[in-house]
Amino acid sequence: MVGRLSKRLAHGALLLLFAVFLSYVISSAALSPRAYFEDRQPRPSAATVDHELALLGTDDRTPVLERFGHWSWRAVHGDLGRTVDGGSVNAEFGRRIGVSTRLLLVGTLVGTGLGVLAGLWAAVRRHRLPDRALTVFSFLVLSVPTFVLALLFKEGALWFNQSAGHTVIRYTGERTPGLTGSLATHLKDRAAHLALPAATVALGAVASYSRYQRGATLDVLGSDHLRTAQAKGLTPGRALLRHGLRTSLIPLTTFFSFGFLTLFTGAVFTEEIFGWPGMGSWFMDSAQKGDINSVVAVNLFAAVTVLLAGFVADVLHAVLDPRVRTR
Amino acid sequence: MTAAKVLDVEDLHVSYAGSSRTPLPVVRGVGFSLRRGEVLGLVGESGAGKTATALALLGLLPPGARVSGSVRLLGTELVGLPVRDLARLRGRRIAMVFQDPLAAFNPAQHIGDQIAEALRIHQRPQSARELARGRARELLEGVGVPDPSRIARSYPHELSGGLRQRAMIAMAIANDPDVIVADEPTSALDATVQAQVLDALENARRATGAALLLVSHDLGVIAGAADRVAVMYAGRIVETAPVDALFARPRMPYTLGLLGSVPRLDAAVALTPIPGGPPAPGSAGPGCSFAPRCPLATEACRAGEPEPAGSEGHLAACVRQDALAGRAAADLFPASAPLRRTSPGGAPLLRVAGLTKSFPLPGSSGFRLRRKPAEVRLALEGVDLEVRRGETVALVGESGSGKTSTLMEIIALGAPESGTVEIAGYDTSVLSRADARRLRGSVQILVQDPMASLDPRMRVADIVAEPLHAQRVPKETIAARVPELLRRVGLDVQDAERRPHQFSGGQRQRIALARALAVRPELLLLDEPVSALDVSVQAGILDLLRRLRDERGPACLFVTHDLAVVRQIADRVVVMYGGRTVESGPVTDVFGSPRHPYTRALLSAVPLPDPAAERARARIVLPGEPPGAGERSTGCRFRGRCAVYTALGEERRRCERETPATNGAGPPGEHTSACHFPYDAKGVPARLRPEPEEHPPVR
Amino acid sequence: MSTDAVNTEAVVLRGRGATAGRALLRSPGALTGLALIAGLFVLAYAGPYMTNWNYTDIDYTALRSAPGARHWMGTSRIGQDVFAQTVRGLQKSLLIGALVALASTALGAAFGTCAGYFGGWVDRMLMFVVDLMLVIPGFLLLVLLVPRLRGLGWPAFAGLLAALGWMITARAVRIMTLSLRERPFVAAAQHMGVGPFRIIVRHVLPHLASFLITDATVAVAAAVISETGLSYFGFGVQPPDVSLGTLIASGSDVALTCPWMFFFPAGLLLLFVLAVHLAGDALRDILDLGSDRAGSLR
Repeated sequence: MVGRLSKRLAHGALLLLFAVFLSYVISSAALSPRAYFEDRQPRPSAATVDHELALLGTDDRTPVLERFGHWSWRAVHGDLGRTVDGGSVNAEFGRRIGVSTRLLLVGTLVGTGLGVLAGLWAAVRRHRLPDRALTVFSFLVLSVPTFVLALLFKEGALWFNQSAGHTVIRYTGERTPGLTGSLATHLKDRAAHLALPAATVALGAVASYSRYQRGATLDVLGSDHLRTAQAKGLTPGRALLRHGLRTSLIPLTTFFSFGFLTLFTGAVFTEEIFGWPGMGSWFMDSAQKGDINSVVAVNLFAAVTVLLAGFVADVLHAVLDPRVRTR
Repeated sequence: MTAAKVLDVEDLHVSYAGSSRTPLPVVRGVGFSLRRGEVLGLVGESGAGKTATALALLGLLPPGARVSGSVRLLGTELVGLPVRDLARLRGRRIAMVFQDPLAAFNPAQHIGDQIAEALRIHQRPQSARELARGRARELLEGVGVPDPSRIARSYPHELSGGLRQRAMIAMAIANDPDVIVADEPTSALDATVQAQVLDALENARRATGAALLLVSHDLGVIAGAADRVAVMYAGRIVETAPVDALFARPRMPYTLGLLGSVPRLDAAVALTPIPGGPPAPGSAGPGCSFAPRCPLATEACRAGEPEPAGSEGHLAACVRQDALAGRAAADLFPASAPLRRTSPGGAPLLRVAGLTKSFPLPGSSGFRLRRKPAEVRLALEGVDLEVRRGETVALVGESGSGKTSTLMEIIALGAPESGTVEIAGYDTSVLSRADARRLRGSVQILVQDPMASLDPRMRVADIVAEPLHAQRVPKETIAARVPELLRRVGLDVQDAERRPHQFSGGQRQRIALARALAVRPELLLLDEPVSALDVSVQAGILDLLRRLRDERGPACLFVTHDLAVVRQIADRVVVMYGGRTVESGPVTDVFGSPRHPYTRALLSAVPLPDPAAERARARIVLPGEPPGAGERSTGCRFRGRCAVYTALGEERRRCERETPATNGAGPPGEHTSACHFPYDAKGVPARLRPEPEEHPPVR
Repeated sequence: MSTDAVNTEAVVLRGRGATAGRALLRSPGALTGLALIAGLFVLAYAGPYMTNWNYTDIDYTALRSAPGARHWMGTSRIGQDVFAQTVRGLQKSLLIGALVALASTALGAAFGTCAGYFGGWVDRMLMFVVDLMLVIPGFLLLVLLVPRLRGLGWPAFAGLLAALGWMITARAVRIMTLSLRERPFVAAAQHMGVGPFRIIVRHVLPHLASFLITDATVAVAAAVISETGLSYFGFGVQPPDVSLGTLIASGSDVALTCPWMFFFPAGLLLLFVLAVHLAGDALRDILDLGSDRAGSLR
């Protein structure tokens, strides 16, 4: 099992290497930091632009492979370069990573947790009211693109606040700037800001996970080993709880890594719409500015989290299913 | 029989929800009773309603099934009992052994824990987990599992089929039940392992004093294990009798035909396939459901469903019982042609010598530049065999012995890892493209599951024509040949327009055979072609294969695990064990005086469909498990299970060090074996006396 | 051996096409979904002829006017007819969605069958590419690449969406091909000497047809969602052309004051995706499939 997982890690590292290289080449080909500098008012001289580009390491007159070489040399030493505005990518990365990770983590945990529970419930109450209600709910949710969902939440909060006459629901930013007070005040403030974005990210996940868990549970309900459990003298409910739950989670692990991709994309939209200073909004800003170093940094973050999600899925699979553990 | 009734079933009906909302009756008024300590064999072909009956007893039918009638367990009515009360009886008073132990165990829990759970469910208060685990190990030991502590800590997928099934039996008897229901407990197992499992089941039953309902399609198993037998057909019990009476004097034409279509190990006999097939659920009646296939049927048979009648506990649901008296199966049903063995004089068509094949270990694939030599399993370690024109050679052995791998190596028409494959004089390792194409046409294969081997989306005509297209045969020739092929395998020409799913299992195998014969092959490879079929259908296919031989059809290499079938169809037999050829020769010689200890054990494990003979014969129960593919070994691979080796003194070193070579070499086709200490023609092992211990007959 | 086996067999035994057709007509979900999809396509293509306003026309006499007889869905802040714009946007979104779905499913089928059937290094190379393309969320690449291809118009945009959307289909197809390859009828064809591509076309693809149909259906929704999302952020369809995404973007900040500008395009988008999901789910049930296009871009 350890051998298998370490093999997966090695495979992941190789993928990461290729992914970073690819994203560097694509960013360099697609983005033009030169245009960004030339558009500045007053228009800087050609020499100034060249100088700025050279400082960034994104001078388009140098071959892209050479630029990548320089970039990766610094990257392995822990320096992701500078942004077009002269700041440190590392510093920006550090500021934003916590914001994004919090949103992704809460979204994933709430989404999978609630989704699995809801799916289980629906399967057990198959064709009855809870099942039908959940089916309608998940269909509706899955039919609303994340960005529309975020907009609806935002407008809803705005409308609610207007009706209430003061700010009840927070819908911009990740915290109230300049807030003073105890740790508890800060935590409450963060939680209040987190509610809507987290709901946006998690809701889609709840809907899709509940569909999968429902299907997986129904499969298990018809399985031979659940029948054996009943033949031993367990009631159907206890048989499902003791023998069905774990096996029904096994197929879900495969879905987890794909589901995370969807969730990640949703989080990018959500950050942008709710004005969260996270990786997603950084990416959007940087892409518009032609900031290659920042874009590559975000891609690196994306690749690492996606690979990590895949690895977590593998570990979960191996933990749940002894059949995939090779001795 | 004076023992008390423990289970009483009356007028049991089961129906499943059909696709068009009309319920499909699968069990129609079944009644029987079981007394303490009694074994009732419930026998019948696919779709007869055996499994549904068994599941209905425990209330384990899938949701949507409707049950009516009465099942009384020790006086308690089970039909309609609330789930909670039923759960208290299941596993404690009535337990079940399922057909497929791999699927029936929870894949993610240790075997020992699953057995321990069966104990603790019914304990008030529950005993400590450790205590229950200890009892689980005792139970495993009780069913003859070697190293019970290790087995208890294993997951189901880590065990062989035989061990899993014995663990399932241990779980069933955990609470000393009064009734054990075993649904086809050995149908997925090799004959040698089947013998172990049947022993375990019998011992478990003796230890608990429970009554056993043994559901099986295998008349041999029933003959050896049952006290009484109930024969099911189309959802009803059509005949029930003490085992000897049923086999000796069946009173229902169906039973007679069924008995007549079972191939026997002890003689090549004319088989009597029963024409037609059983009615689909819901379409039986109004009269006797067997009447459409019955040669004795009269107007009275078609008028109404006959009730069981008879005397001395021998009841048959047949109004023509008297007309049946004294008749043999061959008097009623069209018997197949007798087997004419060809003289071993043909020219060699296929020659395999020293063939080896290895597979990479699972998990060692993926990105890898060098493959370490240790990470392979040997599936074939040295196969020698020969097929001559016009003859049928059977390749036998347990699962994992490499039979199918051998066929696949032959059909691949490529260069083997080592050894040679020669077909019609061509060495397959040095084939030119043109020769390869020609050989593709002259070697065809027929596999076990005809449904799976026919593309369900194609018409029969296209299926049969596919190899002809691949051989670039002109369209007009194909159009002419397809109907001729269909006729030859006993199908209608109109069948060409239908699709595989519209046919029964036996007919599908006929389609597959027509396809294989389309390009007029010289060599036909058959991989368990009849083992997925019911006996009455199997007999028809065997008959067809025999007739093809007589028409100077292709030479056949016939892979099977069923030695009784070998007796009916083959000229010569090749026995494989652990990827090696251990014995070969004419069927009569090898079956009559087997030389290799393994062949002897294999032959003795086959149950006879004859209660008296089955009780009388000596049975060698092989210890241990059949070896899977393994690492390269030195010496004889069989020695771990070999009675001769166990009894040897210093001489056993030879078995450990030297890989036995084929001895008794004479002219090709003669009886040979690869054993250092083979048995002689009188059944006495060379240089060994006394006779190795043979287990006494089980019953 | 068991009656269950006989029963399930009996179910499979019906002619598949005919059964699927009948089941489709009996399933209210499928009927509603398909009717809605058809209705929306009709609206998208017939809509422009139902009104006198062109989507680029500006009615200076009616800025931000509420829905009424003159402008069925009201007007935008510069006096464009929202109905004309919405049907035009719907047209573009559906067209892109359908093309992308078709192309990505075809790509996925081609790569998946080849990887699964040939195995070995072909499989490893193709799956490495798939893994690689899944590691960086496609949306990020689209944000980078779309502005570059702006000069080539929406077909290039659609092509890019397809090029970044086939991987999960390919994975699913590969898994199914792997199991199909083990099926005896494929082995039988190989033993007969039938060539690999002929086997893929004759024996593998027909068995994937039901999956591919369902997959393509659901992919239309996924593509429309991707397209509108990108367009919303300004990376997709460019003015003066409109798509549902650009309309939602321009309407979102006035959603409370001029709700018609936001809710008509958003509502149609929602309705379409819902219809596709309804139809897709019913199709999957009818064609009896367990898997889903799990990781579609949302």
